This record gives sequence, structure tokens and C-alpha cells, in this order.
Amino acid sequence: MKKFLYIFIALIIFLGCKDKPAKTEKPDLKGNSYGPAYGDILIEGTIGEPSVLIPMLAGDSASHSVAGMIFNGLVKYDTDLSIIGDLAESWDISSDGLVITFHLRKGVKWSDGVEFTAEDVMFGYKTIIDEKTPTAYKEDFLQVKKAEVLDTYTFRVTYGKPFSPALTTWGNLVVLPKHLLEGRDITKSDLTRKPVGLGPYKLNKWSSGQEVVLESYKDYFEGRPYIDRYVYRMIPDPATTFLELQAGGIDMMGLTPIQYTKQTENDFFRNNFQKFRYPVFSYTHMAFNLKHPWFKDKRIRQAIAYGIDKNEIVDVVLFGLGRPATGPYVPNTWPYNPDVKKYEYNPEKAKQLLKEAGWEDHDGDGVLDKDGKPFQFTILTNMGNTLRKNTATIIQWRLAKIGIKVEIRALEWSTFVNEFIDKRRFEAVMLGWQIGLDPDQYDIWHSSKTKEKEFNFVGYNNPEVDGLLEKGRRSFDIKERKKAYFRIQEILADELPYIFLYVPDATPIVHARFKGIKPSPIGISYNQPKWYVPKPLQKHAMEP
Amino acid sequence: MIRYLFKRILEMVPTLFGITLISFLILHLAPGKPTDILSDFNPKITPEARERLEKMYNLDKPIVVQYGLWLKKIVKLDFGESFSTDRRPVIDKIWDRKQPLLDRRLFITFMLNLVTMVIILAIAIPLGISSATHQYSLYDKITTTFVFIGFAMPSFWLALLLMMFFGIQLDLLPLSGLKSMNYDSLSLAGKVLDRIKHLLLPVFVSAFTGLAGDSRYMRSSMLEVIRQDYITVARAKGLPEKKVIYNHALKNALLPLITLVGLSVPGLIGGSVIMESIFGIPGMGQLFFMSVMTRDYPMVMSLLTIGGVLTLAGNLLADIGYMFADPRIRAKQ
Amino acid sequence: MDSPKRLFWKRFSRNKLAVIGGIIVAALFFVAVFAPLVSPYDPNDIDRKHILEPPGLQHLLGTDDLGRDVLSRMIWGAQISLSVGFVAVGISIIIGMTFGSLSGYYGGWADRIIMRLIDIMLSIPTFFLILAVIAFIGSGIWNIMIIIGLTSWMGVARLVRAEFLSLKEREYVLAAKAVGASGLRIIFRHIMINSLAPVLVSAVLGIAGAVLVESALSFLGIGVQPPTPSWGNILTLGKDNMEIAWWLSVFPGLAILITVLGYNLLGEGIRDALDPRLWGTESE
Repeated sequence: MKKFLYIFIALIIFLGCKDKPAKTEKPDLKGNSYGPAYGDILIEGTIGEPSVLIPMLAGDSASHSVAGMIFNGLVKYDTDLSIIGDLAESWDISSDGLVITFHLRKGVKWSDGVEFTAEDVMFGYKTIIDEKTPTAYKEDFLQVKKAEVLDTYTFRVTYGKPFSPALTTWGNLVVLPKHLLEGRDITKSDLTRKPVGLGPYKLNKWSSGQEVVLESYKDYFEGRPYIDRYVYRMIPDPATTFLELQAGGIDMMGLTPIQYTKQTENDFFRNNFQKFRYPVFSYTHMAFNLKHPWFKDKRIRQAIAYGIDKNEIVDVVLFGLGRPATGPYVPNTWPYNPDVKKYEYNPEKAKQLLKEAGWEDHDGDGVLDKDGKPFQFTILTNMGNTLRKNTATIIQWRLAKIGIKVEIRALEWSTFVNEFIDKRRFEAVMLGWQIGLDPDQYDIWHSSKTKEKEFNFVGYNNPEVDGLLEKGRRSFDIKERKKAYFRIQEILADELPYIFLYVPDATPIVHARFKGIKPSPIGISYNQPKWYVPKPLQKHAMEP
Repeated sequence: MIRYLFKRILEMVPTLFGITLISFLILHLAPGKPTDILSDFNPKITPEARERLEKMYNLDKPIVVQYGLWLKKIVKLDFGESFSTDRRPVIDKIWDRKQPLLDRRLFITFMLNLVTMVIILAIAIPLGISSATHQYSLYDKITTTFVFIGFAMPSFWLALLLMMFFGIQLDLLPLSGLKSMNYDSLSLAGKVLDRIKHLLLPVFVSAFTGLAGDSRYMRSSMLEVIRQDYITVARAKGLPEKKVIYNHALKNALLPLITLVGLSVPGLIGGSVIMESIFGIPGMGQLFFMSVMTRDYPMVMSLLTIGGVLTLAGNLLADIGYMFADPRIRAKQ
Repeated sequence: MDSPKRLFWKRFSRNKLAVIGGIIVAALFFVAVFAPLVSPYDPNDIDRKHILEPPGLQHLLGTDDLGRDVLSRMIWGAQISLSVGFVAVGISIIIGMTFGSLSGYYGGWADRIIMRLIDIMLSIPTFFLILAVIAFIGSGIWNIMIIIGLTSWMGVARLVRAEFLSLKEREYVLAAKAVGASGLRIIFRHIMINSLAPVLVSAVLGIAGAVLVESALSFLGIGVQPPTPSWGNILTLGKDNMEIAWWLSVFPGLAILITVLGYNLLGEGIRDALDPRLWGTESE
């Protein structure tokens, strides 16, 4: 026994001799006195592991993040949300809006040296609409009536009907190296795990379950990226990721609200890191099954909205890092209508509306009832999402105060989608939507999109909204589109098929030695290839 | 001897069938068809494409036939393809021949459990012996208490506490993974030390909570042996106590322990799910957990079967060990 | 001569550890049953002003990330964990006794099939099996009660079978057969009663095991789902907030430890008090 004790003590001493990372960094870490330089490595901690690195096959955000560094599209978004050219230098749109002709950049090379041409775009387009390709993004491309390669650098598409989001769809989903994939089954190709792209970075190594290492593509057409390597390190949970950040094992991560507000407000973090905060293009909501006998009644939905305190949710769940949502758009973007009906927390009004609909506490048990039935329903949500879980819990607690009994059931994601959402077996769900940068939300609100597996899973049907959705996606006049979307938000705020809860803020944190980060409405990662670490501050100076 | 072995292996065959049967049946417990999950990643999948998928997985045939077909594939070590978006063959996710040996999931879990087992035995055996020889002493009572606590201790709680203490407060040990960020740039000695640091907590927690059973068993087995007549005879003959204990009693007391080791294999494999999830170790347990969460049916079925096979293999090894150790069995042949 | 019952109590009360176990179990029972009275706060009360507070006068064990009182949640968690334990063990005993008695009494094919089934079940790592079933039928408190029950009956079955094998030939069984009682009646009246004692021990120890499994599952997020409090799922919060909320990790785990320890000590104590071998020659 004693032997083991000695060994144990020896071990502890031995371990104590590790060299701790210096907690005080070099001088002027936070300043901007140095100029750009090549070199260094950026290590980002992520929770999800990418599954496939070809954009059109990817369903999850981890895959898209990494693939986005490797593949470029014809166009991309500028910081003011306008569309600018990426692989396409310029384009012409016909006066009726049905034909787009892209003029591609010359001299862009895939990382294996072969030149990028319009044939690659054509190939990508054909692949994505092929029914054998398992992709979630076909729909937008099915609108194309005809696609042609006019010459090596010119690609033209013709649409059947005017489709205003059209231009924005030509991102990195459809640009594929034809010379490597032609005639092969794309899902079985090596390229899903060893992609060949033409973006700022290319794949160096992928250790499954551990990390993905990207290295800069020296011949990238916009110029060689400053940072030589980009590493995604997979760490299973935010607490461990945060520890790695402090230990210097990673340089960048997305902070949770608690970490942002409570754990990074000290000297160590102020001196060594830079925090950012901006609204995410997504919103969280509670959706009602509009075929449910109770939720058919608008008054009930409105009553529930009055019974919820959105500010409380933002304060408690998000620690104030976000704002209440009133509709399916991000505040301060052009489609956002600030003047729609709002539902401030008002339990009395809620109870009154419910009474009008016939719900009162007749038997004195604290729960509203009607015809002998108690007002009780279940909110379904997905497991593993702390923010949604806590939001649902707060809603449950608040609704209990006005006499509504809520059960919360968290399901594992695939079961949730397949068994309950797709089959419409739910009373209410708590979910979120990513908001596209183009305001067209036809798929979510149009009454024709209610078949199984389509996105109007609540069964919303409003002919006026249908008409406005059509108008919005067929017009190219931004003023007309804005009018249509404003009116849609008015109607949605009145009818409340969803209770729009909040738009969260993204709160990334990056080590202070990385310069050139310019926060914008579209985040901070849009200009990653232009980030740099000045020579005196570089940490990983040698390329192993 | 060989005949005994043969008999044991033959006895295991129906059990093996049973394991595959249960793994297969569990799959079909699920509401809906297994391929429903595939359409989760393709919301616009056409009915024809879905039919093709069902054909590919033989779901259009009666269950018995499906089972038979699956068995045929398994024997060739073809476990099918994972349902997750990477669609890799299941076997590659467990034992990727393109990865260095140290990084393969099955290897990782295997080594982790092997090391844990060795440590458990290294501590449990002496502990059991000394408890038995000093029965009812204060030492015995203290070790018994420790062992009981270890048995009742939730492993994930101990892991959490140690992580908070050693990882955060003292900042001595890393909290996750198998190696540090800068592993590749370390010297050989540095690499070894790095791996040890990462494994220290998981192995300690697994060993501590697994210690109880084996050391208690060792103790009671030893106690029983000591009471035997031949021990009294040996003492009467005047042999030094040490020789009595170590030469005569120990060998016989160890025998049942061998079986116990074999029996603890499933427990260790199951426990690796928790340990690997908490410590972010990319082994089979973590893979199993993730497959369960994403309803990756082929993965789950295959891992269940493999887990069962590993257990049987462990039992077989224990039997072989017993056979060598116990002359009575050899004599029977 | 003392009656068997009195002998049992005498032996039991002499075993200090067993008595401690008994006290722990009784105390837990009390807390679980009287949760509404004992709990200082409503476990679901959200308090935005007291989020993640360390233990203090107002909240003896601190608060969680929604401002809820940890002590109250733990008290209600006792109710949950113990219910899971009892129901799961109940199920496993019913299954185990059924299989064990059929196997032990009838022997032959029934015995061989059942023993083979037990072998198979024991060969698949239990935790794997539980997770796989949860994957396919979902989690939640009722499901895990059933699943744990369905995967832990093997020990009881073996025990009952052994009792049957050894008691089958006893005189009164032969006598009852001679008198003409049907096979089934013989089983359930005479032998079952005798096997109750070891089954009781198994049950008590089984509850400890079930509580451990339930907390592990809840900790991983696939057991009892929040907002229903369970010691395991409070620990999940503890893990996510390791750096700033140590109380969320320490206390629920301690509760699990004490509970499992208590049941283990009690179970071992009952077993020791029942075991004639340890106490020399005494009639049963």
C-alpha cells in the first residue's frame, strides 16, 4: 500500500513540473501598431464535427463552416447585405428578370492546378438537380428552366418565372470541380473527405473526432491569406472549450451567454482577447399546430402571447444578449417592420381573452377548464439545446400562473423531425429558423407548402399572405418587396401562427493577436482570409 | 485441454447468434422505418429515391430474410454503412485502416479498458489479500469502507469533481481528449508524458469505481481458502506464514478472480460510454453514444454486436486462463 | 429457541453498518414521500435575480441557471430517483422470479432456453443495451423505468432458479406432490416463500443499482428530462458550469453517493443477517 502512496506523490510532483502557458502576454497585444504579415495558425474550438466537405451534400453548420473556406460561389454578400461578385466578376440581368448571365473571373485555379471554368458551374448545377444527389437545396435550382455555357467564362441561366432570390442562390453550393467528379457518384467520392476546392484554404488533414486542419491556398485568386493554417478543433462541450481557450489551446470560440457575461469580464480576458457581439440571422419561436381545435382560435394564441414575458426570457436565458422578436426578420435589416402589434407581458389581458374563448377555472384547481377539460398541452423541442430548454421552462412557469398547464418534452433531433414534425403530431413546438439573407420565406408561410416534410408544418393558410409571398419573390423592385414583406409581418403579428420569441446575439471571442477583424451586420467571419497576426505577436511561427 | 476449449467455443455459438438476434430486433423496435432518418438529411427526397433506399437496405423483404441477409454480411465483417451524413462504412469508423493505430476508436477503447483492468488487479489483489490476512483489524475496516464508497460512487461524479480540482483549481491536468494541441511538436518523451496526463483522470476514475467488486471478491475468496484444512496443515508443518499465504493460499484464491475478470468486461465496455463522453475521448463508447443520439441504426446494431462479441472473447480468455491455472480441469481431460 | 425473525433482527442490529444503511434509507424515504412539506421552495420557481448563486442563507445549496433553489430540486429529485429505483426493480423482480421459477422447477428445455437467454443478456454490455433501446423508443421517466427493469432481471432469475434447484427435493415439496397439489401451486406456495429472502436482498441492492443507472442516463441527457428535477440532470448543469458553480456538481453527486451507499449497506446487512453460514449452526 505504502508503495502506491509514494508513487502517487511522485506523480503529482512530476506533473507539477509542466510548463504553464504564460498568463501575461507580450506587450501591445491589443494595439494596432504592427502591419500585416503572413504566418501563424488560428485554432477554433467547435462542438460539431463536419460530416462532409462538399457544400451541397452538407446538412449541418459545422460542415458548411469548413466547406465555406474551401469552396467559393459565384456571388457573395457584402457587409451591407448587398450582393457582390465572388467567382463572377460581373453579371447582367435581363429587363424581365428571367435571364442572368454571369461573367466569370479568368485565371482562377482549383487547388490541383486545373483552371476554373463555366463548365464547372454547369456541372455543379446539373449535379444539384439530379435526383440521385441527396441534397436539401434542390428547390431553388429547380426554378431554372435552362442553363447554358456560352463560352469558357460565361454562364447563363433562364428562369421560368421571375424569381428575385435567384441571384443569391448562386453561392458555393453549385461550384464543383468537373474534372474530378464527372461520371462518378458524388456521395462515394474521395472529395467528400478530401475536397479539392478553390477557396482561400485547402484541406491539410482531417483526424476524425479530433480536428480538421486547413492550410492556406497560396494561389487564391483574391490573394494569399495571411494566416497560414486554420484548425477546427472538436471539443464536445462549451465548458471544456472555454478551458482550452484560457489555456491557449484554442484561439477562437463562440461564448455562451454565461461565459460572455460572467466569466470573461476580468483583466486576463480584457488583456488577451477581443469579444464581439452582433445579432444572429436566426430567431427562436414557439409554433402552434393550427389544426388543433384550441389553437385554431386566434384569441388563444394571442392570450398565450400575453402570458409570456419575452424580456424575462431574454434576460434570464440570454443574459440580455439578444432581443425579443416580433416577426421572422432580424431587427435593423431592410425587410424588418418595427411597427407591428406587440404583446407586452399582460397576464390579466391573457386571462380575459381566454375567458372570452370559454376558458375559466370552474373547478378551482388552479387550471383553466372548458367543458370539463383542463387546459393542458405539450411543447416539444429538441434535446441538447439548453437555450430552448430553458426558454420552454420559463414559458411553462409563466403559463402556469394564468392557469395553463404545460408539459415539456425534449426529443432527440431525428425522432423529433421525423415522427412529430413531419407527421404533424404535435400541439406546440419550440424551434428556431435560420433567416436567409434574402427575405423570401415562401417555403415557411405559403399554404401550398404543407405536405409532409415541407416547412409550413403548422398549416398556416392565409390567402392575402400567399399573394404577398408571390409578389415578394417575383418582383425585383426593392421598394415593392419591402411593402409586401412589411404587410406580411403585420398579418403574422396579428394572427400569431408562431409566437416569435427572440433573436439571439452571436458572441464570439478571438485571441487579441489576430488583427483585421471588422464586425458587421453579417458577422465577423466574412473576411477571414484578410485577418493577420503581426510578426512580433505570432505564436506558431514555424510551419511544422 | 483442446477438447475443453473446443467445447467452450461451441457453447458460445448459440449465444453469439442470440446477441445478433437481439441487436437486430432492437432496431425493429423503432416506430417507422429505419430509412426515415435518411430523409432527415434530404427534405426534398422523392418517393422513388426512398424506394431505392429501402431496396438497398432490404427493408422490403420479410424480417426473417432481412436477419439472414444481415448475418451473412456480418460474417464477412461488412457492417454496412453509417447513416450519418458521411456515409462511411461502419467498420471504417471503428477501425480506420488509414489512421495510425493509436487513433483508431476500437483500439483506444480497448487500451483504455486494458490499462484500467491491469490497475484494478494490481491494487485489488494485494488489497484483498492483506484485508483477508488482517481480518477485522482497523486496516480491514478502513479499506472496506473505501471500497464500499468506491462501489457506490457515481463514476461521472467523481470524474466531475476531479476535473474541477485537478483541471481547474490546480490546473495540472487536461480535461479532455487524448493529446494536447501541440502534441505534434513535442519530443518523444513529451508525447508520452502528454498521453499519460490525458489518460490519468479517466483511468483513475474507472479504476477507483471498479476496484470494489474485485477486491471484495479477492478478500472473501482468500478468507475461504485460508479456512481450508490444507492451510492448517501447512501451518502445522511449520512453514513461515508468508509462504503459507503466498505459495499455497494465493494460487487457489486467485482462481475465481480470473472468472470475475472475464465477467467484468461488459461492465467496463458499458462504462466507457460515460467516461469517453465526459472526457471527450474518441473511442468506441463515444461513437456509440453519438450514434444513439443520431439514430444511426447500422452503427448501433453493429456496435451492440461487437460489444457482445468482445464480451464473449473476454469470457473465453478468462476460461483459458482458468484452465491453465486450475490443474483439476486439466486433469479431467 | 428464538424465532427466525427475532434471530434476524438480533443479527441485523449488531451490524453497525447495516443499521446506518437502514437509517439512510428510511431518511430518504421520508424526504421523498414528504417532499412537498420538506422542500423550502417550489422547485420550479424561476428567479431572475438569483441566478447561479452560491450556497447562502436564502438558498442553502445555491441556485441553478434559472434561479431555482437547488435544495428544493434535490428533495423532489429524491422522489424521482427513488420512484425510478422502485418501479424498475419491481419490474426486474417480476420478470426474474417468473423466469427463475420456471427454469428451476421444470428444468429441461425451459431451463436451457432461459439460461441461454440470461447468457445472451449478460454478454451484451448492459449500458449499451439500455442506450440502444432508448435510441429507438425514446427517453423519459417511464421509458427508463421499464428499460432498466428489462435489463436487470438476470441476477434475480439465477437466484430464484438456484433456490428452486436446491429446494426442489425437500420433503414437504415431495409431500405436497404426493397429496396431489398441481405443479403450479407447489411452486408458488412453498418454494417462492423460501426464496423471498435472497430476492429481497437482491431487490435492495437492485434499487441502488437502478438509482445509479438512472442518474447516469439523466446526466447524459437521455434519462429524466428537465425541467423535472433529477440528481443526474442537475449534475449536467454542474458540468456545463464547472468553473463558476461548484455547488451544482458537489451536492447532487453526494446525494447519489449516500443513497447508493445506504441501500448497499442495508442490502449487505440483510444478507449477512440471513446467512446461516456466517453464524455457525442455527436452525432456520
